[in-house]
Amino acid sequence: MADKSAIGRTGEPFTMPIEWGKVREFARAIKDPNPAYFDPELARREYGGVPIPVTFLMTSAFWQDERSMPAVQFDLGRVLHGEQEFELLKPIYVGDVLTGVTRVADVYEKPGGRGGVMTFTVLETRYTNGKGEQVAVARSVILETGQTVNSA
Amino acid sequence: MAQKLKFDHVAVGEQIPALTVDNVSRIDFVRYAGASGDFVPLHYDQTFVEAVGIPTVFAQGMFTAGLLSRCLTDYAGIGQVRRFKVRFTTRVWPGDTITCKGKITRKYREDGEGRIEGDLEATNQKGELAVKGAFVAAVE
Repeated sequence: MADKSAIGRTGEPFTMPIEWGKVREFARAIKDPNPAYFDPELARREYGGVPIPVTFLMTSAFWQDERSMPAVQFDLGRVLHGEQEFELLKPIYVGDVLTGVTRVADVYEKPGGRGGVMTFTVLETRYTNGKGEQVAVARSVILETGQTVNSA
Repeated sequence: MAQKLKFDHVAVGEQIPALTVDNVSRIDFVRYAGASGDFVPLHYDQTFVEAVGIPTVFAQGMFTAGLLSRCLTDYAGIGQVRRFKVRFTTRVWPGDTITCKGKITRKYREDGEGRIEGDLEATNQKGELAVKGAFVAAVE
């Protein structure tokens, strides 16, 4: 069921240090051998620091906890990650310490297959750096289906 | 490597060079789980997926989206992507071959820089769309 009252619900700020080891590990995991992630000297010369892969902010999973995630009720047997978006507003480098705030940006319903209703929840996380500049916005769309995921 | 695309040299309709990743495997999914912190068991726990009626584990959507993001940064350059959006359509299974590609759909100036906008897609060996994407990137 779409819980519209969740819209605007906001978690506590969380801290996310950007670490080189994690950036390397993530780059390997997405099969990206770009030396910018592996050679700090080259990265400094060419980019002003070791940059992060476009989808690296997914690793906020390691820094979020139940206080920083706004409370939303999901039936775990029926949820799917439907969409993901990143707006990258300013460069983010290894050594930066980001602050993220996650809120429920939207909740809406759409007709699903077989007469069911699908509920969409948009979770938005805004990141600022140590200078207080907004550097990125991440949006996840979580789908809740009318039936269990494997029969969908 | 740090060569940036030039506004005047990029044309609407231009294709982003394809990136093919052969034979994605359970090891890839496990590696992505550990790297990303996505520990949903659907992607590495065979006992769990069988219990819920799915034949094998399958890739995290964001694993495949990661391959697609590399295809984009190989083309547009690191630090140039301003927006990256993906939607997950078909599951990616162990043994699949994934081809990532894209196309420029618009060229314009905004916020004091040249920008390109385009579509991205990751398909499997049967041509089925696994991830559909869109992006905005800066050009010089």
